[in-house]
Amino acid sequence: MSKKLESSLKNMVLCLLLISAVMAGALGFVYGVTKGPIEKANKDKEIQAVKDVLPEFNNDPTADAKEIDGLKFYNATKDGQPVGCAVKTFTDKGFSGHFELMVGFKPDGSINKIVVLEHKETPGLGSKMKEPKFAGQFNGLNIGALRDKLLKVKKDGGTVDAITAATISSRAYCDGIQKAYNLYMNNLQNAAAPADTTKGGIK
Amino acid sequence: MSVFKNFTNGLLKENPTFVLVLGTCPTLAVTTAAINGIGMGAATTFVLVCSNVMIAALKNLIPDKVRIAAFIVVIATFVTIVDLVMKAYTPDLYKTLGIFIPLIVVNCIILGRAEAFAQKNNVFPALLDGLGMGIGFTLAITLMGSIREILGNGSVFDIRLVSQEARTILIFILPPGAFITFGYLIAIMNSIKRKYSI
Amino acid sequence: MELIKIVILALIVNNVVLAQFLGICPFLGVSNKVGTSVGMGAAVIFVMALANLVTYLIQNFILVPLHIEFMQTITFIFIIAFLVQVVEIILKKSAPSLYQALGIYLPLITTNCAVLGIAILAVQKNYNLISSVVYASSIAVGFTLALILMAGIREQLELNGYPKGMKGFPLSLITAGLLSLAFMGFAGLVK
Repeated sequence: MSKKLESSLKNMVLCLLLISAVMAGALGFVYGVTKGPIEKANKDKEIQAVKDVLPEFNNDPTADAKEIDGLKFYNATKDGQPVGCAVKTFTDKGFSGHFELMVGFKPDGSINKIVVLEHKETPGLGSKMKEPKFAGQFNGLNIGALRDKLLKVKKDGGTVDAITAATISSRAYCDGIQKAYNLYMNNLQNAAAPADTTKGGIK
Repeated sequence: MSVFKNFTNGLLKENPTFVLVLGTCPTLAVTTAAINGIGMGAATTFVLVCSNVMIAALKNLIPDKVRIAAFIVVIATFVTIVDLVMKAYTPDLYKTLGIFIPLIVVNCIILGRAEAFAQKNNVFPALLDGLGMGIGFTLAITLMGSIREILGNGSVFDIRLVSQEARTILIFILPPGAFITFGYLIAIMNSIKRKYSI
Repeated sequence: MELIKIVILALIVNNVVLAQFLGICPFLGVSNKVGTSVGMGAAVIFVMALANLVTYLIQNFILVPLHIEFMQTITFIFIIAFLVQVVEIILKKSAPSLYQALGIYLPLITTNCAVLGIAILAVQKNYNLISSVVYASSIAVGFTLALILMAGIREQLELNGYPKGMKGFPLSLITAGLLSLAFMGFAGLVK
């Protein structure tokens, strides 16, 4: 068996210090190299999510994205003309709690498309909210035209077809969209007045 | 011949998942789909090989009393490197594997091999051992992931085997299914080993 | 009210072993006797509560201000290894019989993925200090609960027969699977 360094205090401390220093150096190097790509990967993901819910645009919606009351607003324009606004919203009323949606609104307040960003709903049940069969019914819907401007499942007197055996997930989905719609319409009205400094604040 | 055995050992005879039963947490958690098995397996193999090599290279410079602490520094560094690289270049897989990437640092396979093998052998055998164990782990969890994905989702590697509307045995991609699949796989492995005296 | 929600979620709805797959190795290894399970559980509760306390402080007062969040894995595992060492010393002095009974499983708390996993998760969920410690303690109690349930079942199983091929891990795993199935009934308990 090869001889090992004896466990004197000097040796122990030196060894640990040396190994830690070298490893920390290597780690710092990798961190520096990956920092850029990580930021880019995150940004690309955000832009992709916006692309998924809005018609064609050619600006960078993340450049001046506004965060108000926990929701994030991405304005998209094509050649300077607004094509819509994607709103990153959430709900805590899911069967397994919190999940996030990206809702694409057209300038007239109607919904263009919705995608689920992250969720923990039950596979095979609540997870069906990602499928076109459920999600598709919202495309083109204008909440402003609904009774009381409220989005509700049929069980609650509304117009939305809930997922069979996944009413809670369906209700939560509507809740997320409602949040986004309310804040979006509120924002549109305030946008008439410049540089809004209301409670949400611009981050 | 014996050097080659270092590599094949981890594939079947001392397969870390089904024989040594180490690293059970990621085995149960990430095997909801076959592709996750490959991703996790690759990340773990990378850390395992790097840490085995480094520890074997430094084994004479690490005093016995601080060896565990030293091993942890080495392993944790490589785990963080894998974490950063995956975050940058494979963000979707990174998101799916989630917390189990940093948890590679407490994957008993890695600390176990460092303790049982790397600190008592030279660099090349340690490298082979790491590779063998890592690939054995990858094969095992990919197998388990495939089974769970096929039964629970009707697909494998995202290739649909049955129609979207077909009924699948959902329980297999939920926690109970993980335990049950794992249990039966170990039982089958044990029977095979006993029957063919491997 | 928030705290009570955290407790229930951590204890039974998202049980650390049966739903989140953390802490499986000691779960399978120690759960053959109810007595050892209780002892192990107590040690884990202590370590996890303390670990979350210290890692919270380190994260918020050192890692974040210095922008070295990528050092999280390394620093956290070191804190945990150190705390386990401390617990070992304390137990050896004050409860030597328990120290003996736990044997190798005490230092193995360091590699218990639940300890590191929950410390990291608490940071990801942005819990404040009190919530983080309550979260860790509830998770650890949930771990103990699962451990004791498992031990009780396994002690009973030893008295009954079972197929030879199932001996050892397969039997434990399938039992765990059934336990996990039972616990799934708690889903949706708390919003």
